Amino acid sequence: MASSRIEVQGLSKSFARRGEARLPVLQSIDLQVEPGEFVCLLGPSGCGKSTFLSIVGGFETADAGSVSIDGAPVTGPDPRRILVFQEYGIFPWLSVEENLGFGLQSLVPAERARRVAHWVEAVGLGGFEKALPAALSGGMRQRVALARALAVEPEVLLMDEPLGALDSLTRQAMRAEVARLWRRLKPTVVFVTHDVDEAVLLADRVVVMSARPGRIVEIVPVAIPHPRRFGEPDYVTVKRRLYRLLGLSDEV
Amino acid sequence: MKRGERILLPLAFAGALLLLWSQWAKGGGGGVTDFPTPAETLRGFQHLLGTPPGEPAPLLLKHVVASLFRTTFGFLFAALLGIPLGLLLGMSARAHAALNWLVQFLRPISPIALIPISIMVFRGDDLRAVFLIFYAAFFPIAITTAAAASSVPPVYVRAGRNFGLKGLALVRQVIVPAALPQIVTSLRVAAGISWLVVVAAEMLGVQGGLGWLIIDARYQGARTDLIVGTILIIGVLGLGIDLLLRRLERHPRVSWSRHEHG
Ligand SMILES: Nc1ncnc2c1ncn2[C@@H]1O[C@H](COP(=O)(O)OP(=O)(O)OP(=O)(O)O)[C@@H](O)[C@H]1O
Ligand SMILES: [Mg+2]
Repeated sequence: MASSRIEVQGLSKSFARRGEARLPVLQSIDLQVEPGEFVCLLGPSGCGKSTFLSIVGGFETADAGSVSIDGAPVTGPDPRRILVFQEYGIFPWLSVEENLGFGLQSLVPAERARRVAHWVEAVGLGGFEKALPAALSGGMRQRVALARALAVEPEVLLMDEPLGALDSLTRQAMRAEVARLWRRLKPTVVFVTHDVDEAVLLADRVVVMSARPGRIVEIVPVAIPHPRRFGEPDYVTVKRRLYRLLGLSDEV
Repeated sequence: MKRGERILLPLAFAGALLLLWSQWAKGGGGGVTDFPTPAETLRGFQHLLGTPPGEPAPLLLKHVVASLFRTTFGFLFAALLGIPLGLLLGMSARAHAALNWLVQFLRPISPIALIPISIMVFRGDDLRAVFLIFYAAFFPIAITTAAAASSVPPVYVRAGRNFGLKGLALVRQVIVPAALPQIVTSLRVAAGISWLVVVAAEMLGVQGGLGWLIIDARYQGARTDLIVGTILIIGVLGLGIDLLLRRLERHPRVSWSRHEHG
């Protein structure tokens, strides 16, 4: 899979409000994500993380600043950059197979079927090809969403709390799955999460954002080789640092 | 409930009802003169099913065909125009602003009120009835489709656009399938309304059909056996239409929404 460089410069965004001044949501964001890099976005609720991904995905436009991918400005959504949502992203009227093949309609049927079969196996959904999303567990649905995105071999994967709706056991399993797929395919990833552990386990760098209007407080590199483990000294160091930046205490 | 009960209970109730009806009719029909007993109604059926001399087919067949034909075409035109218009209203704020007031104004006008106009404007009884049915079925379909299209969760539209769809492809592959369960429900409602309207139209000016048959039986010396027989046939056919559309609701592209939330 090819991957791309994301360049964000001076990005600001605000939303109009009824009878009030515009709500500033993002303020002067500068960020470069290298090809094949995994960046996590960590920040308080409402600080503009989803808005940031929407703009990078081409669904919304910025007030100021620029977003370009491999040097080309982003003007709209594109199958080379797939946004994965927390929930409900897959089509409930299509079977698992049909969802996985949704982005592959330009392929000849045989090639499409081959790719779908590959992804069914890759995310462990064998036996559920014909099932509708309603018949799947939350974790399985999220695997469908992930596989549907990866099946089009995107250069950039934008994930908005993709594991947020899962219970903690499923979440850990899915996290390992994401890490494994990313190491194999190496797309450029921007991954939004509320979970500090998740960020430390997955990211090459963690972007810590302030409360709204969201600014980048600090970018923390995570130089721990994969596979990563909870509780190792380096791990704990990074985690403590993130807690401090977020203004959280590491005691309960 | 056991399977036996499922069959036995409705049969027992139907038997009891028949008995009551027959006793009531024999006892003078509670003041309704000449209300037919079940046996007389059965003879009325036989009369309706019989082929009168000089006719190629049973009397009834012609009228059943007329009513069903009108309903089918009025309903199909309503669906063919109502679904696209509803999609347009639901998706385009401009179309909504331009047209919604008109839809809201026309919708509460009873198609029955339009019978004289339909008769004046259109030539031929079939066309007159088809127009009235179209009018009655069109608004529920268009309005429900508009509401369904405008409430498609944005996340599906985004996903569709993300995978490269726009314009009609996005409508066909995301908006329509997402709205389909509600559209089909509106079709079922509209089909029921169509069947009500065709009978009313045929009783109030349009010639031929089951509604007209009722009026005709009344003028032919108040043949209450024929009237009740025709009413029963209208009921049975209405049920048949509903069952047909219910099958549409069970199609997997339609029934998914019932599994989706609980
Ligand atoms: N389309 C919109 N119109 C108006 N305001 C919006 C819109 N989208 C987001 N906002 C506002 O912008 C702010 C940031 O929203 P956003 O969804 O980006 O936050 P977030 O960081 O993703 O939060 P969370 O972690 O809770 O998902 C919120 O205050 C939200 O109310
Ligand atoms: Mg968010």
